[in-house]
Amino acid sequence: MIHKFKIGDTKLVLDVNSGAVHIIDDIVYDILDEDHIKDTEEIIEQLSCKYSQSEIMEAVEEVKQLQKEGLLYSPDMYRELPAFRERKPVIKAMCLHIAHDCNMRCQYCFASQGSFNGQKSFMSEEVGKKAIDFLIENSGDRRNLEIDFFGGEPLMNFDVVKKIVEYGRAREKEANKHFRFTITTNGLLLNDETIDYINQNMDNVILSIDGRKEIHDRMRHTVEGLGTYDRILSKYKKMLRLRKDKLYFVRGTFTRYNLDFTKDVLHLADLGFKNISMEPVVVDEQIDYGIEYEDLPKVFEEYEKLADAYIERKNKENEFTFFHFMIDLNQGPCVIKRLTGCGAGTEYLAITPEGDMYPCHQFVGDSDFKIGNVFDNTFDRNIGLQFKDAHVYNKKDCQNCWAKFYCSGGCHANAYQFNKDIQKPYQIGCEMEKKRIECALAIQAKLFAKEGLEND
Amino acid sequence: MKHIKTIAKAVLKESAAKGGCGECQTSCQSACKTSCTVANQECENK
Repeated sequence: MIHKFKIGDTKLVLDVNSGAVHIIDDIVYDILDEDHIKDTEEIIEQLSCKYSQSEIMEAVEEVKQLQKEGLLYSPDMYRELPAFRERKPVIKAMCLHIAHDCNMRCQYCFASQGSFNGQKSFMSEEVGKKAIDFLIENSGDRRNLEIDFFGGEPLMNFDVVKKIVEYGRAREKEANKHFRFTITTNGLLLNDETIDYINQNMDNVILSIDGRKEIHDRMRHTVEGLGTYDRILSKYKKMLRLRKDKLYFVRGTFTRYNLDFTKDVLHLADLGFKNISMEPVVVDEQIDYGIEYEDLPKVFEEYEKLADAYIERKNKENEFTFFHFMIDLNQGPCVIKRLTGCGAGTEYLAITPEGDMYPCHQFVGDSDFKIGNVFDNTFDRNIGLQFKDAHVYNKKDCQNCWAKFYCSGGCHANAYQFNKDIQKPYQIGCEMEKKRIECALAIQAKLFAKEGLEND
Repeated sequence: MKHIKTIAKAVLKESAAKGGCGECQTSCQSACKTSCTVANQECENK
């Protein structure tokens, strides 16, 4: 299977199963069919009105050469790989819901203002420690383990965050593990103390901000209903200044209200933020700000604009990275990782303040997906197995999709939210993801071409 | 080649032989939390 596409004047073909990517010209673009190359005579007959016979034959030869080298029309050989088939479920990451409460009121919040449809509550030190113990005990030979402090707003329960980090650091040596701590915050409670602590102890920090002031303030309010942009921005800037080279992301959500979200990404880049993530809101189309099918052309156009800006700013003072465009064609994840996907329910769990375990943060509160509890060490392997089986070879919509090794079948929570079936992906999300991947590949192609020109 | 410029080789095929150590970051943890791209993650075992 191949996928050929155009972004602006760049034409590309992806050989889906090998991962090879080629920049192609018009003739090759016209020659290539999705799953095979036609007979040369048939091609000549079809394209002789556009190209000379010798040109066509030359291009066909190049295609055949790449096919011979395993770089076009490669077969899929991964399904039976022992490393995939016989993989053992090993937990390596946890999302700790430190606070089921929030000091912000975001209109699009999937967590019901932090409570996840339950009682407002804070995680205790005891639950946090039990979660760390569970993770260590169920992590097999994995050395790198991840803990994300999430909410609601985790800084509302900051002392417990510190206690859990301390406990993790104490346990990692004797258990021969390495913890990576991250925190996701709305910024309101950042101050000198919390900034300093996060910069010292967190490998990554996710700072929520939606972009332009009017866009951010339309959705992200204080409890009293006031905009929060001005309150958080100076804190984020301070954090960034003090964080030096440590990883961070500013992360926003775009909705139907700002389909021109490139402006928001560039606004953040102009403020000096280098690592940016801007995610489409995931809500029902019926909701005012939900993204609908008819919005997709505009969204696609924006991703292309964003890709152009990304290239234009590359290696300049105002350059930035965009989370979904960070595809390194030669050093990316292995195919096993691409098949296992996000790992929800198998490698990744969310823990509530009560110690309940769910496949990921987005399933929290849905009792059908409660996997277990850290106190009684219950763990429903059957739920985990459902998630283990929800991979691209089993998902009907993914089997013949060219993007399957990039998105790995998409977000299970989105699939369930829209289709009540983790095996059936959320279609609007798929379309946006495919466009993001095309743009990411086109960026690589354009940078490759630019480098070539500079070296000539 | 005159008509085709290869910018990435058969990286998936090559990764099949040595992949699967699982030491890499869980994709949803890093920045998105509501969607999914896995191919933008880094390999820890380069």
